[in-house]
Amino acid sequence: MKKRFFPLLAILLIPPLLAACGARAMPPGLVGTVNTDGSTSMADVMAVLQETFREREPGVTVNYSGTGSGAGVEAALAGRADIGLSSRPLKESELAKGAAARTVALDGVAVIVHPSNPVSGLSLAQLREIFTGQVDNWSALGGPDAPIAVYGREAGSGTRGAFEELLDVTDQCAYTNEYGSSGDVVGNVSGNPNAIGYTSLASAGETVSAVAVEGTACTEETVRSGAYPIQRPFLLVTREGAALSPAAQAFLDYACGGEAGPYIARAGAVAP
Amino acid sequence: MKRRIKPAEFAMQTLFLVCGLTAIAFVLLITVYLILAGLPAIREIGLTDFLLGRTWASTHATDPRFGILPMILTSVYGAAGAIVLGVPVGFFTALFLAKAAPPRLAGLIRPAVNLLAGIPSVVYGLVGMCVLVPALRAWLDLPAGDTLLAAMIVLAVMILPSVISVSDAALAAVPREYEEASLALGATPVETYLRVTAPAARGGVAAAVALGVGRAIGEAMAILMVAGNVANMPSLLSSVRFLTTGIAIEMNYAAPGSLQRQALFSIGLVLFFFIMVINILLNLALKRGREG
Amino acid sequence: MDANLSRRAWNLLAKLALWLSAAATCALLLVVIGYIFLRGAPGLSWELLTTQESILRGTMGILPSILNTLYVVLVSLALVLPLGVGAAVYLTEYAKNRRLAWAVEFAAETLSGIPSILYALVGVILFCNALGLQKTLLAGSLTLVIMTLPTVIRTTQESLRTVPRSYREGALGLGAGKWRAIRTVVLPSSVDGIVTGCILTVGRVVGESAVLMYTAGLSTAMQDFSTIQGILRASGSTLTVALYVYAKERADFAIAFTIATLLLLLTGLIHLAAYLAGRLLRRR
Repeated sequence: MKKRFFPLLAILLIPPLLAACGARAMPPGLVGTVNTDGSTSMADVMAVLQETFREREPGVTVNYSGTGSGAGVEAALAGRADIGLSSRPLKESELAKGAAARTVALDGVAVIVHPSNPVSGLSLAQLREIFTGQVDNWSALGGPDAPIAVYGREAGSGTRGAFEELLDVTDQCAYTNEYGSSGDVVGNVSGNPNAIGYTSLASAGETVSAVAVEGTACTEETVRSGAYPIQRPFLLVTREGAALSPAAQAFLDYACGGEAGPYIARAGAVAP
Repeated sequence: MKRRIKPAEFAMQTLFLVCGLTAIAFVLLITVYLILAGLPAIREIGLTDFLLGRTWASTHATDPRFGILPMILTSVYGAAGAIVLGVPVGFFTALFLAKAAPPRLAGLIRPAVNLLAGIPSVVYGLVGMCVLVPALRAWLDLPAGDTLLAAMIVLAVMILPSVISVSDAALAAVPREYEEASLALGATPVETYLRVTAPAARGGVAAAVALGVGRAIGEAMAILMVAGNVANMPSLLSSVRFLTTGIAIEMNYAAPGSLQRQALFSIGLVLFFFIMVINILLNLALKRGREG
Repeated sequence: MDANLSRRAWNLLAKLALWLSAAATCALLLVVIGYIFLRGAPGLSWELLTTQESILRGTMGILPSILNTLYVVLVSLALVLPLGVGAAVYLTEYAKNRRLAWAVEFAAETLSGIPSILYALVGVILFCNALGLQKTLLAGSLTLVIMTLPTVIRTTQESLRTVPRSYREGALGLGAGKWRAIRTVVLPSSVDGIVTGCILTVGRVVGESAVLMYTAGLSTAMQDFSTIQGILRASGSTLTVALYVYAKERADFAIAFTIATLLLLLTGLIHLAAYLAGRLLRRR
């Protein structure tokens, strides 16, 4: 019996050895792991920051778990993650527990429809009517005679929280479908001519079209200037007074310093 | 075993015993943990409000509600729909494989059925999401195709392989004499299969149904991708949330320690209860199938 | 005459139902596989399989997910195999206490009926939180050990049962102890069952998604695999989870279908391996 496990152990050992042979000698620098946890809307921004930071500090692995803003802030406060990621302003209760935030980017919550939808602009009042279910046909908004499929995010999502709060429709939305991530809403809106949904500007992409809200298109410029009405910050959250590891501190400084700005723009968000 | 047992022998015997006990320990561990994690929220919400409440609004700022009746009914309807759609096709396929098919053809189809069983559930979800959902929207002229019906169809496809293989085995176990007697009395082969063989394999078919129900109630990822996930009271053409998807969709986002997260564990406990009942029924069906 | 006609019609209909059902099942398989290959196969490339995703360069690679899958398979197999084979040996060779043996078998049956989303919950409470492993490949693998244990027990048990009684009696008659008899005679002659169990376990681990989503993480970036510790502490998505992440969180269906193609190929390979193992090893 025991003998049988030696080959198994050998197989287990081979890949890391190979990997070790392939790796270049590490330059002197920081070593360690930075665990970040939180908003799924920040996935693209985090992916870019992970990649560019790896090129600066090859010894540091930055991990990202997309769990949602609330869970991310909790994780940072409880020490389960080095840095929490929140795609909404911190709540009073979170500040009271000692959460401290630095803004890494700004994000517009884009209202998206299928590219074939002729409706190109909506007012905040119209959005309220659509998302609370008072208007349920596109013909009332200048579109074709087709039912409106209202797509939103699941309970606990930072995007949903921000959108409903900014629109003043918290907990009053009548969703046709709820989806578990920003990309999921985009994917499903791009597949359904009847759909309307919201997602972060960063993840809107070209498969859907974003409508202008109150006459203002959702772009980098209008978000940075504050002209676009539905926007929110992307925050890196730590516990006040807690000592960060050198690797985590370096990542935080890098992300929020101006240097990462162009890369953040590449991920579709707006550097502050 | 009256000889003196050597220490090495004794050590190995104990080791194997421990391995065996691990399985029991795992079951106890799972049961205890699910109960411990599931009870606090049920106690806080109240059992009747939890089980019979019709509204699920777990993060409502002022008036959070934790009623899972929509999810329970959706799971029950979904499983029933999967059985209605999947079992007839599966049973007839099994009958075909076990009796009517030329042996060579059966030898080709059986591995294909096994392959169907081995396809990961997210792959079914992906195909359902990209093919079935848009198709349902277009055919039925719905605002969106993510519906209970879409989930039922995906579930029916997913339970098909296990329905086929369990029925196939049960049909193959029917004594040849039964069929020979029927054929000798002048019945055609098809009549024999349907009126003699199939009734004789009742127990096995019941087991296949129970297994299918268990699979359908327990599946999460595939239907998460096609069901729309709003906790409506179930209707065939609306977006629905199952017990499993109810856990899956909010699990990542619920803050640790919150009532929302605890309530998700309570859904897990309810699901566990359902599964245990189905397992007991399955075992009864299997036992009856074996006994005749 | 009329009765005869309707009987013939009934026969024809029944026959049609049988053939149509089987045809539907086959058609379903072909359509699913064909559709996935059609959309996914063009995306398969050596570069995709051997690099990781780069947003800066705009290239896509799934090597991290392939490695994550490999390590989760290896770690769970290394743990579940001794445990499952041991339990099966206990059941078929040692168990004298009927009630205890029944309890072990009942436990294994119960485990095999529990859906993976519940294993995910237990894994989150037990391994990620209570044992402090967080979302890591180790936590995921440990959860999968519990989930796949019944498969290994069942297949090993089935093949242990087919070892003729005379083998054991022969070895014992030659003065070998029970453990020696098991090691030298019984286990080697049931190697087919153990290998089949292994392959089925690999299949289940490769296909599992719900458990790993919540216990092993969602990252698609490269992890530090240079040491064993690094592997165990890594947090990332296996292929199935990566498929979910790309399809649902990034709305990148091209890559999702390519991963699906890869998963289908793997599934086919695993089935072929199980079939070959069963045939080749049993003949000996």
